[in-house]
Amino acid sequence: MLNIQSVDKVYPNGVRALDRVKFEIQQGEIVAVVGGSGCGKSTLLRLAAGLDQATRGTIELDGETISAPHECVGMIFQEPRLLPWLTVAGNVGFGISHLPRTKREAIVGEVLLRVGLGDYAERWPRELSGGQAQRVAIARALAPRPKVLLLDEPFSALDAFTRASLHEHVLDLWRAFKPTLVLVTHDVEEAAYLADRVIVMRPQPGRISSMFDLDLRRPRDRYGPDLEAAKRRILNALDQSLRARTAGDELVPAAAI
Amino acid sequence: MSVMDAMQQRDAAIEAASPVISPAKKSRFGAKLALGLLLPVALAASWEIAVAYGFAQGRLMPPPSRLFKTLYDLAITGELLRHIGATLARVAAGFALGTIAGTIVGAIAGSSRLAKDVVDPTLQGLRSVPSIAWVPLFILWLGIFEESKIALIAVGCFFPVYLGVFGAISSVDRKTVEVGRMFRLSQFQLARRILLPAILPAYVLALRQGLGLGWMFVVAAEFMGASEGLGYLLVDGQQLGKPDQILAAILTFAILGKITDGLLAAASAPFLTWQDAFAPKN
Repeated sequence: MLNIQSVDKVYPNGVRALDRVKFEIQQGEIVAVVGGSGCGKSTLLRLAAGLDQATRGTIELDGETISAPHECVGMIFQEPRLLPWLTVAGNVGFGISHLPRTKREAIVGEVLLRVGLGDYAERWPRELSGGQAQRVAIARALAPRPKVLLLDEPFSALDAFTRASLHEHVLDLWRAFKPTLVLVTHDVEEAAYLADRVIVMRPQPGRISSMFDLDLRRPRDRYGPDLEAAKRRILNALDQSLRARTAGDELVPAAAI
Repeated sequence: MSVMDAMQQRDAAIEAASPVISPAKKSRFGAKLALGLLLPVALAASWEIAVAYGFAQGRLMPPPSRLFKTLYDLAITGELLRHIGATLARVAAGFALGTIAGTIVGAIAGSSRLAKDVVDPTLQGLRSVPSIAWVPLFILWLGIFEESKIALIAVGCFFPVYLGVFGAISSVDRKTVEVGRMFRLSQFQLARRILLPAILPAYVLALRQGLGLGWMFVVAAEFMGASEGLGYLLVDGQQLGKPDQILAAILTFAILGKITDGLLAAASAPFLTWQDAFAPKN
C-alpha cells in the first residue's frame, strides 16, 4: 500500500507545488492523476519516486518511509531516457546488474518479449522509433519487478496509434506482474481507459480537488458508451476543480461531483 | 489487440526501411581516398613538370622528386628515424602528462561547483597566455634539455583536455543521471556507469585536440635549442639554406600527425559505435 500522508512541497523559489496532499493506493491498483499544468502532479510522482524530498509530510510504502529511490518503486518518465551507449538488452538489464548473468538475461528476455521487442535485444537506442524506445523504458522499469510503477505522462509525446498500443502493453504487463500503477496524465481518454481510480488535482497550490472510482470492467471498449461517460465525468471534475479555484479556495468533496 | 498487430507490422516496416551496412562500403573508401589524393598529387605533378621544363627555378621550392630524394637519404642513413624517435618521445611524454593532469583537474572542476569556482577562473586566465610565452620561464626553471620541452608540450595538451572533460561532465543530462538514481546507483557506480560513458565522445575529441596541439608545441619546443628531432631539422634546414630538408620535415610532421590522430580515433572507435552522430551521405 502506498500511503501519501498530507504532503507539502514548497520549492526554494516559494512556489507551493503541493499542499496537504493525502491519499492511499492499494497494492495492484491503477490510479490516474489528472489536472492542468502546474498542479503538482509530476512533483507528487517525483516525491513518491524518492527523487525529491517533501517539505512536510511523508510517503510510505507498506509502512516504510520513502526518502530516497526505493528498490520496490520504478519510474517511467515522459521521455524514454535510454542510455545511448547500451543496447536494448543492456538498457533493460541496467537496473538488475547485481543479479547473476544468466538470471539477468532470462529476465531481460522475458520483459522484452512482453513489450513485443523480443528481436530487438541487440539494437542500439538510436535505431528505435519513439514508441519502441518507450517500450524499452517500460521493460527497463519492470525488470526489477517493482511493487509500484510511477508513470509521468509516459505516452504524451507519442501519436494516438502508438499510444493505444502502449496502453495494451501496460495493461498486459499489469495483468502479469500486478504492480501498483500511478499514472500522471493530461489525456482524459487515457485515464478513463486505464484507471481504477482517478485523482483530480488543481494548481496554485497543488491540491487534490476530487477523487473517484471508475467502476469499469476490463477489457474496456475504448469507443463504448461506458468509457464516454467516464471521460465526461473526469472532464467535469477537471472543470469543477478550475472553477473551485476561481470561486474560493475550499476543497470540493468528491461526493459533490 | 488488433492495434498491437498493426503496431508489429509497423515495426517490421521500420526495420525493412532501416539501412544495412552495404558491401559497397569498402569501394567507397577507395573512392574517397582517391578523391582526397587528387589535389596534392596534381599540384605536385605540375610543380615537378614546371621545374623540369625550366618554367620555374625550384631553388627555394624544390620539386617533389628532390624532396623525396632528401627524405630517402635521411631515411637510409637512419637519421630520419632518430629525429622521428626524439620528437615522438617528446610528444608522447608531454601528451601523457598534459592529458593526465587535464583529465584529473577537469574531472574535479566538473564534479564540484566549489572546485569549479576556485579553479576555473585561474585556468581560464592561464589559458589566454600564448603558450610559447612560457618558453623562457620553462628554460629558466627546467633547463634547455628535455624537461622544459616536455613541460611546454604538456601545457599545450592540458587545456583542451581540461576544457573537454570539464565541459562534458557539466553538460551530462540531469535526466540521464536520474535514471541512475532511480536504480539506486552509488556515487561510484554513477560515475562509472553513467558519467564515464556519457562524456566519452567529448573526451576522445578533447584528446585528439590535445594531441594536435602537442604536435604544434613540439616544434616550438624543438626550436628552443635541440640537437635532434624534426623541429631541429627545420631549424637546421633554415640555417643551412636547405628548403628540401625543411619540406621533408614538414611532410614527416603531416604524416606522423595524421597517423597518431588516426590511431587515437581508431582506438576509441569501438567504444563509440553507439553514437547517433550526424553523418553526411555522399
